[in-house]
Amino acid sequence: MLAIDAAILEAIVAHARRDHPDEACGVVAGPVGSDEPARHIPMENAARSMTFYEFDSHEYLRVWREMDDLDEEAVIIYHSHTATEAYPSRTDISFAGWPQSHYLLVSTREPEVTEVRSFRIVDGTVSEEQVRVVNATVDSMAVQSYMFGQSPATVDYECRA
Amino acid sequence: MAIDVRVPTILRSYTDGQKAVEATGDTIAELLTDLDAKYPGLLARLVTDDGALHRFVNVYVNDEDVRFLGALDAKLGDGDTVTILPAVAGGAVLGGAVAGGAAALS
Repeated sequence: MLAIDAAILEAIVAHARRDHPDEACGVVAGPVGSDEPARHIPMENAARSMTFYEFDSHEYLRVWREMDDLDEEAVIIYHSHTATEAYPSRTDISFAGWPQSHYLLVSTREPEVTEVRSFRIVDGTVSEEQVRVVNATVDSMAVQSYMFGQSPATVDYECRA
Repeated sequence: MAIDVRVPTILRSYTDGQKAVEATGDTIAELLTDLDAKYPGLLARLVTDDGALHRFVNVYVNDEDVRFLGALDAKLGDGDTVTILPAVAGGAVLGGAVAGGAAALS
């Protein structure tokens, strides 16, 4: 299961909407071993494409070194699909090189509803996992316009505030 | 000369779990050959059968991507650090061209 702060999820979706119809990509770093996505880092899509994304190789090295220095790792690696569902393509699976990361996919094909799904991709095998949004506040009910991979009943909102 | 090589998680099964290893070579090609002698199987994960750097991997000398330094011919000097990272890429495109790549790094 992926537990993600509502504000970070909103920032990811905003990034995907901003770059639409090109694919957007980025990471959310968190302390090593914590499985807690804490620091959102939007990345440049070096491919600048509607059907492909690739981290800029220099930005990638810089961001990964910075995470290393801060004892962080990439808890989430996300990208958007802008005309298809939020499910890993064959290309996504071919490239997936971080088995400990959550691969979050966002589909912006529908203007009003954003599809958000999360996966583990290990040795070419895709496993979907539940997404739990934490810290959703009453006035950020925009969250309700997200459609997750599972039925709405399995989406658990936890308000810590 | 000894070059410090940073190995990503997905390839550490080849390096007995080590995050950083040492190898020698005057070029990336020589370095990877030396690495493969110490950690058999690693080379095939980084270089294609045709002898080119794999599409699924980024290799850096210090801060520079070796694709801008002559790829496998990139020169190495004393005190250089080589970093290997799996390329982060993908997208909605249906790509027969890259199918089967997961096996390249895992």
